[in-house]
Amino acid sequence: MTDSHTPPDEATWLLADVPLRSRFLLGTAGYPSPQVLQQAIAASGTGVVTVGLKRELAGDGSGAQGAFMDIIRASGARLLPNTAGCRSAREAVTLAHMARELLGTHWIKLEVVGDEHTLQPDPFELVAAATQLVRDGFEVFPYCTDDLVSCQRLLDAGCRILMPWGAPIGSGQGLLNPWALRTLRARLPGVTLIVDAGLGAPSHAAQAMELGFDAVLLNSAVAQAGDPVRMAAAFAHAVRGGWLGHAAGLIAAQDMAVASTPVGGRPFDL
Amino acid sequence: MTEPATAAVTPITVQVGGQPHALPAGCSLAALVEQLGHAPDSVATAVNGAFVARAQRAHHALADGDQVQCFKPITGG
Repeated sequence: MTDSHTPPDEATWLLADVPLRSRFLLGTAGYPSPQVLQQAIAASGTGVVTVGLKRELAGDGSGAQGAFMDIIRASGARLLPNTAGCRSAREAVTLAHMARELLGTHWIKLEVVGDEHTLQPDPFELVAAATQLVRDGFEVFPYCTDDLVSCQRLLDAGCRILMPWGAPIGSGQGLLNPWALRTLRARLPGVTLIVDAGLGAPSHAAQAMELGFDAVLLNSAVAQAGDPVRMAAAFAHAVRGGWLGHAAGLIAAQDMAVASTPVGGRPFDL
Repeated sequence: MTEPATAAVTPITVQVGGQPHALPAGCSLAALVEQLGHAPDSVATAVNGAFVARAQRAHHALADGDQVQCFKPITGG
């Protein structure tokens, strides 16, 4: 039986033309154990997980990393490899090509860091790398700041998705500049926007979704929680709640009280 | 003019993840990957910062001083 209160388009959305049910993208790093990671992925309901690449010296057989990939593959989630650690467009392009060969996906979360202290993305290298990678046939998911003009340059480069930060990676501060994120949403209405990085609490994810973002991507807030599996579920509820709230149409905030009970004045004229 | 026969056996040294690695001259990237103990499809490779596709490794002869990197998937955010 269909729930009459369920919006007809809630079940799926399109990310780079791929239908997904969840608007929650989850990172896979820093969990207490592979088993907890596996359970957190399941509890999150995510359809997309991020992975990285690491330089290897000598072969180690299948080992721990082989087990990790088995868990990821078994989850059924799509892979979104990243270019974490890159400091230049050239490095990021090389790593993206490696990821595509290793993991069999043309999706790439493009990270090019420009500042070691804040891990702030370098907008110039980001645009250069995105331009090349789009030419090379990649679907580029750039991890970027909330600066409108650099976001527009990424779109000019051929990106269809933007992933502005809420706050610095792993900081858990939430949305430091809601105005900038709201402005991005308003100025780029047809673009898939995903808040990536800096979220610490489920309420932060709900806030991002209430701003009209299409999805959120996070890692540390779940992986480093006291109970990552329960936190994954909490974020899943928050993302869905925030999205439903936005879809339902939020009321405009008012400076002053507006009476809600239609009593028509005071109940007694004493 | 023909190269001296000894040139073909002069060893070279490449850097693998920053570590020196002695190889016979003319060694291919595919041979190095095997020597390192990696299954061919378990790693992606780059030489001097440029991606070398799996299909090209057998044809990619390494030169003295080359910087070789092999990458594997890991957890990531």
